[in-house]
Amino acid sequence: MKADDPGILWIEEPQLGLSGRMYLPIYMHGLTTTFRHMKNSLLGKAVTVSYPDEEPHIDNPAIYRGTHRLNRDSQGRVKCVACFLCATACPAHCIDIVAAESPWPDREKYPQSFCIDELRCIFCGMCEEACPVDAIELTSLYNLTGRSREEMIFDKEKLLSVYDQTHEREPMRSPEMGGTV
Amino acid sequence: MLLALIKIAILLGGLMTAAAYFVLLERRMAAWIQDRIGPNRVGIPLTNIRIFGLGQPLADGLKFILKEEFTPSHVDRALFVAAPIVILVAALSLFAVIPVGSFLPSKVAGHPLSDGPIEMTVAPGVDAALIYVFALSSIAVYGVILGGWASNNKYSFLGGLRSSAQLVAYEVPMGLGILGAVLAAGSLNLSEIIAAQADRGWFALLQPLGFVVFSVAAFAEAARLPFDLPECEQELVGGYHTEYSGMKLLLFLVAEFLHMITAAFLMVILFLGGWHFPGLTGSSMALDGWGHPGELWLWGQALVRAGVLLGKVFCIIVFFMLVRWTWPRFRYDQLMSLAWKVMLPLGLINFVVSACLEQLQGTLGYAWLRWVAIALAWIVLFGAWIGVSLLGSVTENRPRRPAQPLESDLRA
Repeated sequence: MKADDPGILWIEEPQLGLSGRMYLPIYMHGLTTTFRHMKNSLLGKAVTVSYPDEEPHIDNPAIYRGTHRLNRDSQGRVKCVACFLCATACPAHCIDIVAAESPWPDREKYPQSFCIDELRCIFCGMCEEACPVDAIELTSLYNLTGRSREEMIFDKEKLLSVYDQTHEREPMRSPEMGGTV
Repeated sequence: MLLALIKIAILLGGLMTAAAYFVLLERRMAAWIQDRIGPNRVGIPLTNIRIFGLGQPLADGLKFILKEEFTPSHVDRALFVAAPIVILVAALSLFAVIPVGSFLPSKVAGHPLSDGPIEMTVAPGVDAALIYVFALSSIAVYGVILGGWASNNKYSFLGGLRSSAQLVAYEVPMGLGILGAVLAAGSLNLSEIIAAQADRGWFALLQPLGFVVFSVAAFAEAARLPFDLPECEQELVGGYHTEYSGMKLLLFLVAEFLHMITAAFLMVILFLGGWHFPGLTGSSMALDGWGHPGELWLWGQALVRAGVLLGKVFCIIVFFMLVRWTWPRFRYDQLMSLAWKVMLPLGLINFVVSACLEQLQGTLGYAWLRWVAIALAWIVLFGAWIGVSLLGSVTENRPRRPAQPLESDLRA
């Protein structure tokens, strides 16, 4: 493309007003913004926290994307129907499901094994979006640590235990909240 | 002799500590302005006591000292080592003539300390003090250029060149700003300039235009934002100290902070009345103990004066730091046009106007003329400022020629 191409739209920079040309009035305005932020931080309204001493405040745990959990139904069975939608949706390929014929009459399949490699996971929440029965959910547990790679591959029992640990604080997504089951 | 050595020891210790803690303050302020908490965890080593992170400077210093000091193979070794030394020596020796208060009484608890009152300057009574300050602050630029040149690296070299051009450009308006104050005080001795202000009113009030010109130039001389072009990270990596590490880098960084402290001291001493504060410090140059003869009163007055001066300097430095996180950096051509097209004429106007007003007051000598002179000075400030901004020599951003097609486009 040449400089005189008719397709180029040349835009004139807008002229500054008098206060802009005088620099200081506008700069003073900026200075008040900085000062306000400094004042608020000094009054204890800083956004960050001193982490190990102080836990961060999570505004809405329902939309936080932390560690996964596998939900249980009302009879305490795993809710998952082994449809593989989460594993398909996962961009990091971190979900591994082995399906088997269900021992229960209300569904055909259930996951014999359900493993998530938390080290590969990018916490995008696609699995949660894809799940047709709201079986997999991301909790607000953010401090996910382990001493080995093996430990960070969460199997079905571990994921169900995350549910047991969190379901009181973070209820399962109900039909009122847009859930399916 | 002993007295001078004691003064030097106190000054050096004080300056180094101040520079270290100003780094901490700057980091904390940066954090507060960005809604963070900032470094607050380092306290007393080997304990769990965290005194608001006041141990941080110690940790920073240790880190710099213990880090590997790498000298790249492509540098000019002698100059590479000399540059940080030059810049730090210049930045420190500049403080020899800068007063940190007025006088200390000559006696403590009846024991004489010296023959007369002790001036709170390492080298008292230097009549060319301002010239000395000027000369040494120019040598600091030399250190920057040496560092850029010796690094043998295009980014460092560009940083060095930029800073040389910038500092040469801003020495001129800075000198013009100072000239007004020198003219009004009739001396180049910093203590006498303060005394003149205690007597006649602060020069920031009497010559507001000079104060503005000097402050802008002081920001540029200290290479602080919005004028920190020599080390503009986005364009030049680290600027002139890209190739430096460890202790040498520390020397550069300390020298930069010392420049800021110097600029704050000069602003306070030349324009904001030094140790003088109306109704608090007394206004005669010698200590009078607020009219009480006792030695305790004299010491009290001496300490209040030092406190006032250092308090003002502290406020100016906090302002420097606030400005750093507020105002964006100038583009290089804007920086240059601000120096040559705006600050230089403003400095000249201030010089001419304050010379005329001085002469007028000196000749006629009416008391009411003083207030007229102040009013006139402020009118000149606003008039000149608005005039310069209407000319738009810095904000005018459009190309001076219409865009020409490239030669390669013409051939195609």
